[in-house]
Amino acid sequence: MSDPTNISGQPIPAADSSSAAPVRPIHQVGLTKRLLLWLTSMNLAVTLLVFLAIASVIGTVLKQNESFSSYLDVFGPFWFAVFKNLSLFDVYSATWFVAILLFLVASTSSCVARNAPSFLRDMRSFRLNAQEKSLRGFAHQAEMRTDLTPEALMPRIQAVLSSAGFNSRIKQQSHETLISGRKGSINRIGYVLTHLGIIVILLGGLLDSKMQLKLMDTLGMVKVETANIPVSEVPATSKIPVGGLQAFRGTVNIPEHKWGDVVFIGLKDGYVVQELPFKVFVNKFSIEHYDTGMPKSYMSNVTLTNKKTGAEMTQTIEVNHPIHYMGYNIFQSSFGDGGTKLKMEAWQLNGKAGVAQPIDSAVFDKKNFDFNDQKYRIEFTDFRMYNINPVVGADGLVHQQNYGPSITFKLRNAAGEAIEYQNYFSPITFKDHSYFLSGVKRSIGDQQQFLYIPADQHGSIKTFMAFLATLSDPVKMQAIAAQLIGDAGNATGKEAATSAQLTQAASTSIAQLVGVFVSQGFPAMQARIGSALADRKLSPEATKQAEQASISVVRSVLERAFLDTLTQLGDKQEFTDKDAKFFDDAMDAISALPVYGSPILIQPKSFEQIQSTGLEISRAPGAIWVTIGSIMLVVGIFMGFYIHYRRQWILVKPEGGGARLLVAGSDVRKNIDFDRDFAVFCTELMSATESKPVNGERPT
Amino acid sequence: MSVPKEHMMPMLDASMKKPSSRIRMIDGIYALILLAGASYAYVNYSAAMGSYGSGTLWGAALGLAFLGWLWPATRVLVAVVAVFSLLTLYQYGLYTPGGDAVGRIKLHDIQEGHFFLTYFLSSPAATMWMVTLFALAMPTYFFGLWRRSEFTLKVGSGLVWSGIAMGFIGFFARWRESYLINFDYGHIPVSNLYEVFVVFSVFTSILYLYYERRYKTRALGGFVMTVVTAALGFLMWYQFAQAANAIEPLVPALKSWWMKIHVPANFIGYGSFAISAMVGVAYLLKEKMGGDGVNDRLPSLTVMDDIMYKSIALGFAFFTIATILGAMWAAEAWGGYWSWDPKETWALIVWLNYAAWLHLRLSKGWRGTAMAWWAVGGLVVTTFAFLGVNMFLSGLHSYGKL
Ligand code: HEM
Repeated sequence: MSDPTNISGQPIPAADSSSAAPVRPIHQVGLTKRLLLWLTSMNLAVTLLVFLAIASVIGTVLKQNESFSSYLDVFGPFWFAVFKNLSLFDVYSATWFVAILLFLVASTSSCVARNAPSFLRDMRSFRLNAQEKSLRGFAHQAEMRTDLTPEALMPRIQAVLSSAGFNSRIKQQSHETLISGRKGSINRIGYVLTHLGIIVILLGGLLDSKMQLKLMDTLGMVKVETANIPVSEVPATSKIPVGGLQAFRGTVNIPEHKWGDVVFIGLKDGYVVQELPFKVFVNKFSIEHYDTGMPKSYMSNVTLTNKKTGAEMTQTIEVNHPIHYMGYNIFQSSFGDGGTKLKMEAWQLNGKAGVAQPIDSAVFDKKNFDFNDQKYRIEFTDFRMYNINPVVGADGLVHQQNYGPSITFKLRNAAGEAIEYQNYFSPITFKDHSYFLSGVKRSIGDQQQFLYIPADQHGSIKTFMAFLATLSDPVKMQAIAAQLIGDAGNATGKEAATSAQLTQAASTSIAQLVGVFVSQGFPAMQARIGSALADRKLSPEATKQAEQASISVVRSVLERAFLDTLTQLGDKQEFTDKDAKFFDDAMDAISALPVYGSPILIQPKSFEQIQSTGLEISRAPGAIWVTIGSIMLVVGIFMGFYIHYRRQWILVKPEGGGARLLVAGSDVRKNIDFDRDFAVFCTELMSATESKPVNGERPT
Repeated sequence: MSVPKEHMMPMLDASMKKPSSRIRMIDGIYALILLAGASYAYVNYSAAMGSYGSGTLWGAALGLAFLGWLWPATRVLVAVVAVFSLLTLYQYGLYTPGGDAVGRIKLHDIQEGHFFLTYFLSSPAATMWMVTLFALAMPTYFFGLWRRSEFTLKVGSGLVWSGIAMGFIGFFARWRESYLINFDYGHIPVSNLYEVFVVFSVFTSILYLYYERRYKTRALGGFVMTVVTAALGFLMWYQFAQAANAIEPLVPALKSWWMKIHVPANFIGYGSFAISAMVGVAYLLKEKMGGDGVNDRLPSLTVMDDIMYKSIALGFAFFTIATILGAMWAAEAWGGYWSWDPKETWALIVWLNYAAWLHLRLSKGWRGTAMAWWAVGGLVVTTFAFLGVNMFLSGLHSYGKL
């Protein structure tokens, strides 16, 4: 016990004090000694424990190890600088935080160093030098008298002690005999194990921390790389050779059928590269799913090659089932795309619509291409095999629906402006009708919006594209319009010669309107009609009627164009309800094209999936120490709490023909169980020694 | 605080015997029954259990035998829970030939179609019984305390014992049901916030009953059951507002043997800390109302102080084990035994807090009011670690999201 003041107010018997060394007044003590005294003080220990607890809160409230730019965004330049200087973005490896931990190690070590010797001495001692005066100072004491002689008493007292589990020793003095019993003294080993355990854990943890790497960084032995570049381009100054770090935890992404022999360790706002003594070749990465579509397990089948010996070994790594190889631990930690090969078609949506151009590429590729004399650049960022989305089904309930595979890419125009798209490979069915989906995101924060292109009865985009091509061809549209007007003219029986010119003019303007509709959308077409009618100075009502008439003419032309397209494709003899729905959907899609943002549509056709696995590879030489320390800690705590370290003294003084017994007891924990046990002990002692409490009083 | 004389005097009674630590015949018979049950399970199912599972089986049998020797009443509890859990298995077995999975809807139909399952044995039913019994225990205890009615207090204890039995029956039923829905979903129900709230209620109650017997006082029951009732209030809200009681498959990170021991060890810790806080509340109330001389409904301040210490010590010991197990699990699942993830960090904060408390008590001899306040404050910290982290902070432990 480091602090002998005892607020319980009970006298502290010298025999019971474990810090028996007399404490000199502080001003007489040398500086080192004073420092040591402070280091081993309970006040410091408790302060450190509480302070560490409070300091730990910081890192749970402030998200750790985000990018500096995002902190800058949140806190502004002033607080960013303050927080950065206090290392609050990586609190747990901040110098000041590690210093508290080391302080705790120092304090606990010196505490153990100070207490352990006296505790161990105390454990072995029977404290036979206890005097009557000190025994009378105990909180637990009793006095009793018996007519038996001291000689007859000794074996009985010893029997009571031993049946209560005490070891005992006898000390014969001139007039009196002291019997001292002791049990549970390994409780004190508990104290030592507990605190040594803590020290061992902390040192083991420190061994596995980033301490060495940070030191190397501070000393300029390694340079943090911040650019996102392939390993081969990382300069040697940012690479650490095998064995360069005692302990590390790094990650690496390796595509299927590729190998890796380094890991990346995040440091400050970048990373360093740690080389490995082996190669990891990824044979296959796979995900198993539950019937809900939720992932059930992630696993990588890898072949490991020892670079020195060339020895190979094939193993499967799974979440919760890491493998251990050459002193390194390899964990399944994440996954992603590994450059899935893609075949696509680019479709022109305006101008020479309906023309497809094949594009072959792969995820993470960036590709420039020309299409209809325009320059584009496409950057593939992701491929997803499953897209599980909540959908309201025909029954009105929400179901999870898998939209199937998709690709995500950025499409840049010649000016370099980019829009992000997510396009699905197969048509997706909603309430019996199928659509090709293309998700658009104009800027990062935007909500994704979808273009729904109706799929034809063969599940193909071709019908829509052919229809769009028809609509985009002014010559064809004019012909269709002319034909339609001609049909109408025939019906009314007007003269062919006069109507020819009219038909020509009308069909030209209708074809123009269709052109406006296709390239600029329905509102633009309406506006065009409006402005054309404005010249005629009609009454508002008549304007409205004329407008409606024009729209319905355009609509019939569009319908006719649709029928013609179907006929051309050789698909159709008759017009069904399904076709009507297709037509309406196509109209919606075409109306949406102007806000789609790009004059071309990239329709993915097929893929060859290549996944990549995210492995975490670590070397943790401190782990074994942490385990050993943990066992010490747990064993020590249980010994400290549940093994009761107790002493009983019985001072036997001859009195008359018999003897007087002074009984005293102590328990280091001073819990109330000892009140009961002491009372029980005295009762048993009284019956064994045929004694009565002194003064007819019950002993206390 | 020295032991007051008036407190010691009545204990020193000539008739007082040392508490028996002998092993009686009944202990032997009980242990044999447990071992027979374990052997039966081992012979029939060891192939499906693996070495960890078999180890757990034998450990559980020996552990229960030890517990029965230490605390005979647990034998009755074990017997009741065993009989009804086996009955549940039998009932489900009648409708699921070969124990095959039947899916959610069919399972629901089976439960609806059978009286015992509907009203008593299926996990939703048993858990509701547990909630009801625990919630009734609190006012019963308080009423008994107010009326000084030993009988009413005994009824309170009876309610808690029954609630614990129902909690366990529901627990085992749910374990089985997870396999019946889909074999892939099968897991011990300690994997999400809903499930661990049930564990918390049951563990806290059983730990409380231990102190009730040990200190021969039922006066603190109302206080402890207040925490349990509050937890169950949350559970009910969580169940009805968020349908949180649905059995879902485990995410890959949780598919580990470690979960089975890490979580229960944690809840011995949380339960103990909750008890110490509520005894702290009783302590402070009693002190406010005049202390030992004035108020004799509650146990003496010394006794309450002692319960506080005992339960913090037990909680600390198990919380230490739980944290270490968590670190070992993390080493296997995430690649590092300590990642300073919010849940881990808050576990450390809780641990450091009680380490400081224990030092002040063991080494500086602090007792009384300040320590009672600290114990109450400890529950705030513990609650944040248990619930607050899931609600407000994100991290690797995000399976318990609210
Ligand atoms: C991380 C730091 C520490 C932890 C986790 C810790 C833990 C514990 C635990 C669990 C106990 C009670 C169990 C037992 O006795 O076996 C204890 C007791 C004790 N600790 Fe610490 N301790 C720490 C640091 C310190 C320091 C720095 C000191 C020195 C001032 C210290 C001095 C003591 C003393 C004197 C006892 C009481 C022993 C007794 O009366 O039996 N501890 N500690």
